[in-house]
Amino acid sequence: MTISIDPQKTNNESLQPKGWLRYFSFSLDHKVIGIQYLVCGFLFYLIGGTLASAIRIELASPMSDFMPRDVYNQVLTLHGTIMIFLWIVPVVNGAFGNYLIPFYVGARDMAFPRLNAVAFWLIPPSGLMLVASYFVEGAAQAGWTAYPPLSITTPQSGQIIWILSVLLLGGSSIFGGINFIATIIKLRRPGLKLMQLPMYCWAMLGTSLLVVLSTPVLAGTLILLSFDIIANTGFFNPVLGGNVVVYQHLFWFYSHPAVYIMVLPAFGLVSEILPVHARKPLFGYTTMVFSIMGIVVLGLVVWAHHMFTSGTPPWMRLFFTIATAFIAVPTGIKFFNWVATLWGGKISINSAMLFSCGFIINFVFGGITGVALAQVPFDIHVHDTYFVVAHFHYIVYGGTVFIIFSSIYHWFPKVTGKMLNEKLGILHFTITFIGFNLCFAPQHWLGLNGMPRRVAEYDPQFQFVNQISSLGALLMAISTIPFLINVLLSMRNGKDAGDNPWNALTPEWLTSSPPPVENWEGESPLVEEPYGYGKEISEQK
Amino acid sequence: MLNKNIYLILIISVVFAISFWIGFNVNLLPAEASINAPIYDELFKILFIIGLIIFIGMTIAVIYSLFKFRKRNNQIGDGIALEGNLSLEIVWTIIPSIIVLLIGLYSYNIYDRMGGMKELNHNHEMMSSNAEKIWAGISQTSDNEIAINNLSIEVSAMQFAFLFNYPKGNFISGELHVPVDHKVSMKMESKDVIHAFWVPEFRIKQDIIPGQPTILNFTPTKVGKYPIICAELCGPYHGGMRASIIVEEESDYNEWFNKNKKPEVNL
Repeated sequence: MTISIDPQKTNNESLQPKGWLRYFSFSLDHKVIGIQYLVCGFLFYLIGGTLASAIRIELASPMSDFMPRDVYNQVLTLHGTIMIFLWIVPVVNGAFGNYLIPFYVGARDMAFPRLNAVAFWLIPPSGLMLVASYFVEGAAQAGWTAYPPLSITTPQSGQIIWILSVLLLGGSSIFGGINFIATIIKLRRPGLKLMQLPMYCWAMLGTSLLVVLSTPVLAGTLILLSFDIIANTGFFNPVLGGNVVVYQHLFWFYSHPAVYIMVLPAFGLVSEILPVHARKPLFGYTTMVFSIMGIVVLGLVVWAHHMFTSGTPPWMRLFFTIATAFIAVPTGIKFFNWVATLWGGKISINSAMLFSCGFIINFVFGGITGVALAQVPFDIHVHDTYFVVAHFHYIVYGGTVFIIFSSIYHWFPKVTGKMLNEKLGILHFTITFIGFNLCFAPQHWLGLNGMPRRVAEYDPQFQFVNQISSLGALLMAISTIPFLINVLLSMRNGKDAGDNPWNALTPEWLTSSPPPVENWEGESPLVEEPYGYGKEISEQK
Repeated sequence: MLNKNIYLILIISVVFAISFWIGFNVNLLPAEASINAPIYDELFKILFIIGLIIFIGMTIAVIYSLFKFRKRNNQIGDGIALEGNLSLEIVWTIIPSIIVLLIGLYSYNIYDRMGGMKELNHNHEMMSSNAEKIWAGISQTSDNEIAINNLSIEVSAMQFAFLFNYPKGNFISGELHVPVDHKVSMKMESKDVIHAFWVPEFRIKQDIIPGQPTILNFTPTKVGKYPIICAELCGPYHGGMRASIIVEEESDYNEWFNKNKKPEVNL
């Protein structure tokens, strides 16, 4: 059954502000909300990136000399929390999901437009609250994992504000997830079958299931933790008979799926971008769908691989080793399929394509270290070291953030009607790719040789390699400059894009750029083959 | 077609050769100073070589596609309308599954050889009361165990130091002294937050948890001084929470032990 949206109802939006002001309003338009998510997320990315730079400056020398030690712990806690909860999760889910999903299912808006606006407007205040907690009594300083008893014994105000902020962001995420599931299942235009949906819809369906299933567990856990902090309960506090390992189980029950919440949408986005610029159908659509669902199911039963050095019985260590390593199978299928999508295409080598290929290379590297880390005996040596830091930055930065940039180059013409400058884009890619690998590849060696993570000081023998890493971080910081110049200049003076500059077949390109408020002037088109490249021509002949 | 296959086989063999060469000649790990370490390094080498083959292979495939299939000037139209290839997809589902399964079984074997699957016991009369719940850490024993007497040590961790209690000598030390080739059994407990005991040269790590004792057994094999590093964020001075483990010949160890030993106090 499909519900059609009454045009009279959504016409209310004409009462909403026009022009740039609508981006500061409680707009119900999914396109406006998508851009709100993206810009808000990017501002927090700049804050999180500044904090990352501060960390790399501190680590350029072996002594703790750039900032006080407790401030350093606040900086690393805020860096992790901001990058995960305020940049990557809102952008790959909220921004692209809101902008694209209604187009992909042929709807005029999301299923619950008001819930959608509420979900977005929870983000700026909770983000600002989190950053502002630094000025109260110092921000939280127990890491983004907030393990008790450290999170119970460090200054309370920072930790409590951190919990409130993450609870609100988790709420926002759940609202978004419910909305995506409802939109994809219920708002499809008549005639559009599930197996005809663009891959990003499947990725968002899987991601939203994970959000809805696992985020409430994190919320419950953090509420218990806040009771321990302010009400002297003893859920996790060992002094009162609590169990600190239980917290870790509950925390990772959400926070491992969180990795897939950050990565699966990126898998969806790259599946949209590659076929367009390679002029070929997406290879293996059906196996891609099953891979996503396989990752969702396996992703729920691997959390204890974050706890191999905590108190876990041997059988449990083995179970989680096998389950974790097996995620490599569906993930591997996706990567082989993407390379097969490139194979035999007519590839335009542009910024979007380069960032997508950079993603494939970086993520394969991060995936390989991931399979190694899944092995208990391997993990016992490198757990909580810079090896792990390097591994997950290869996944979330080398993977997801590369795809965020790729997507911006791909969909900028859709949103603004202007093209981004390709020369600046390729410069942006080159500096980012070199800087990223220079920053994180050496950290594998650091971890293997004895540098733990989350330290402000280290053995002087690691200084040189740390300085290489800091140089890479500097390049990454510099790489945002051509990107920002490009976006700001192109918005005003960019080349006119026309409606469909890439000759893409997915539905969002079958309307004007930028699209009208109701997405389509008339009926939404029925796109049965979103990846039918190479077919029309052979049919015409 | 034959030519193409020859090139493919040639490229694959070069990738394998390079990966094996790097795997056997590039050492990314610190010195091996416990029974555990060479077993770990064996696993590392295998994973390193498999990883290199996959990474180099995928990178070549991506870069080759970008060059070979790039759009030439004035070229219009699309690529071939190839939507999938079931047999190919089955192949690249089954082969990774087998590789992953073999790695899993192999690492189980490694873990077993490290003693991870053995029942842990801490040979000290005072501590082995059944009422106490003791969490598993890695227990390192080998079949050709050189050590006969276990050395029992109680470790307590606090912000921001490790203390090593030698119950037999009734003294506490800030440095961990152990005789070479003797099995050491440690019972560890934290006084405040979670810490972790890590000796990179031994390839072992175990969290030290408040309220739940953990056990770690190991056998050092090489005389020397190695760092003990706290690997779990424990507060502002976490980076400075380090100690040393001194592995020495048995005679040197006994000399040190006797010097520090306190006589039993008779009440």
